[in-house]
Amino acid sequence: MATTTPTRGAHGSRPSRRAPKPMTARRQAWRSRLWRFDDKASPYAYIAPFFLVFGAFGLYPLVYTGWIALHRVEMTGLDQMEWVGWENFANILQDSEFWTAVSNTFVIGVISTVPQLMIALGLAHLLNYKLRASTFWRTVILTPYATSVASAALVFALVFRADGGLLNWVLGFFGAGETNWANGHWSSNIAIAVIVIWRWTGYNTLIYLAAMQAVPSDLYEAASLDGASRWQQFRNVTIPSLRPTILFTIVISTIGSMQLFGEPLLLEGGQIGAQGGTEHQYETLSIYLYNYGWNLGHLGPAAAVAWAMLVLLLLIAGINWLIGRFVRKTAA
Amino acid sequence: MRITRTVAGRSRRTAVMATTGLTAAALLMTGCSDSGSDSDEADANGNITLTVADFGQFGYKEAGLFAKYHELHPNITVKENVTAQETVYYPKFLQQLNTGSGLADVQGIEVGRVKELVDTKADAFADLSDVVDPAQWVNWKALQATTDEGKVIGAGTDIGPMSICYRRDLFEQAGLPSDRTEVAAKFAGGWKDYLALGEAYKAKAPKGTFFMDSASAMYNGVVSSDSEQYYSKDGKAIYKDSAGVKAGWELATEAVDKKLTQGLAQFSPPWQAALRKGSIATVACPAWMAAQISTYSGDEFKGKWDIARTPGETAANWGGSFLAVPAKGKHVKEAGELVKWLTAPEQQAAVFKAAGLFPSNKGAYELPDVKTAKLEYFNNAPIGEIYAEEAQVIPAAVLGPKDGVIKDTISTQINNMEQRGTKPDDAWKAATEAIDKVIG
Repeated sequence: MATTTPTRGAHGSRPSRRAPKPMTARRQAWRSRLWRFDDKASPYAYIAPFFLVFGAFGLYPLVYTGWIALHRVEMTGLDQMEWVGWENFANILQDSEFWTAVSNTFVIGVISTVPQLMIALGLAHLLNYKLRASTFWRTVILTPYATSVASAALVFALVFRADGGLLNWVLGFFGAGETNWANGHWSSNIAIAVIVIWRWTGYNTLIYLAAMQAVPSDLYEAASLDGASRWQQFRNVTIPSLRPTILFTIVISTIGSMQLFGEPLLLEGGQIGAQGGTEHQYETLSIYLYNYGWNLGHLGPAAAVAWAMLVLLLLIAGINWLIGRFVRKTAA
Repeated sequence: MRITRTVAGRSRRTAVMATTGLTAAALLMTGCSDSGSDSDEADANGNITLTVADFGQFGYKEAGLFAKYHELHPNITVKENVTAQETVYYPKFLQQLNTGSGLADVQGIEVGRVKELVDTKADAFADLSDVVDPAQWVNWKALQATTDEGKVIGAGTDIGPMSICYRRDLFEQAGLPSDRTEVAAKFAGGWKDYLALGEAYKAKAPKGTFFMDSASAMYNGVVSSDSEQYYSKDGKAIYKDSAGVKAGWELATEAVDKKLTQGLAQFSPPWQAALRKGSIATVACPAWMAAQISTYSGDEFKGKWDIARTPGETAANWGGSFLAVPAKGKHVKEAGELVKWLTAPEQQAAVFKAAGLFPSNKGAYELPDVKTAKLEYFNNAPIGEIYAEEAQVIPAAVLGPKDGVIKDTISTQINNMEQRGTKPDDAWKAATEAIDKVIG
């Protein structure tokens, strides 16, 4: 372009020279009908992509999994489906391994979620103070979340190894004997909980921190004028203001711990990991599902397990909701 | 105390730099390897890449066969994609067969799985019966990969005639003979004698060493010597009453009871570590196990291992594999040629020489590489002699679709008895429950 000092709009559209055509009545009616249609239909078109994607990747798999759960289907012949009704559900409910998996999932869920959220609250509180290079610290705290499950689990597998593991080596200095972490029921569950805590604490910390930033500062100022200590401020200002956020993190963590898979799979790895330990001592529901479907090749029971997990999650969500309502009531 | 919240001001730039750096590092750490097949179309010069997916040790790398193939066919590059544990490899392989994606041009199949694939997935593989000549193989090996209609889905690579690998130096320190004929004479009467030798070893064992790695290895050795193992000829699961399983289980419980084993699940990382540290005196050794031992024991124990004839009179075959060509591959013809070449007598002999995997192709038995083969790592044990005799008299075992999983399940329970002191009856009950679930 050869213009010297381009002014705003110089590159824009040229003003049209022609006057607009006068519209006929029929055309106007057509226009308004279009307009009305547009007004009614457009919103649906705007939200359609989500529902189409959800239908294809969320709802359809959900329903089809339910369909598979009512059949005998083998990994070696996906095209042969034999109707068996509720037999798969009956089988898994009678399988002691399933209940082992349920209890392990709960135990690991509790011993990972509770400390995790408490540590996250404390850390968020600390990060909420004025400190040097705060952005740096906030980023550092999120790095575990950014590592993949696989690499975290593999590193911790080395830490918890029975022979030559880092943890046993450290404990050896204090005169403790060799612990075979993966072999014991509690020790393996604790080991897995540690991996989960390490990975997710930072994530929850940031959520809490964001919520804390939103707490009006005059509340704190008023509290400190009244002579409240930091601890009292934390208890009487921060926690009540964070109640909805805490509830949210509890729900998210519950769903997460219900689907725990990578950590137990890789703690020992290989065939043993895929069974959740030699005596299923750290078998979670996801591992149980995976073992049934992929190791044994029986997809029917595996699909039944998936549905059982959904039912359990809904139950937990219901209990959560009741507790939440109770908490809100007492708060009011 | 006043609370002031941080406001990123002065230090914003450093913070951004730090954040960026950390994010980059985190992204690097999360690097997830995607090992899909990348057999591409031929490029302009007609160069193609063939992928071979296998597990454990097939010995091709050790024998330098892929490089040699590239020399013979300059337009073909062969890439090998190895999974350490077959139990991890197989489920993934099945999934790839179902979806038809991610398959390599050539896939390995373990003998414990071959029956299942012959029964259920024969259509997914190219028929090799007109590519290779099945009559070249030991009879039972070829039959294992042949469907009722005569379609051959895999070409036999190796077979696993049994022997005992043992550490000469540890035997000497324990006051036992270390010469391989004398050692073999010690358990000429069978596996019972092998356990008796174990007790003699244990009495004077060097500190921190164990007679065997796991009783599950011995169990597999015993079961492998029976023609009926887990399934009857008409395809029924008979593992609960099979004589071979019973004998193997009883010997294993005895070995556990007498604490002759270190109790390590075979091929697991702790097992590999024990070989590296040199705490295992003997391993029940199908021919392919030698490659595993030399890989994990490393240079430190070179020449200290040796190989003796298997206990007793019964020949046994434990394991062995096949190479198959998925029918949907991009280069089925070239892959077939590669399989033919890899399983031809000369190449099988080369693999045997390099890694000790014993040929299943009868033509290889007459080659000097096999006849006079010695494994340097194992104190020049004359493995050609040891295995060739045995290979001729191995019984044709009846295979079943879930052989592999059943074997692994029982092995796991034997490991439980070793590691956790599970009572034999409980372990057997757990095994049968799990196996019934497998058979479904």
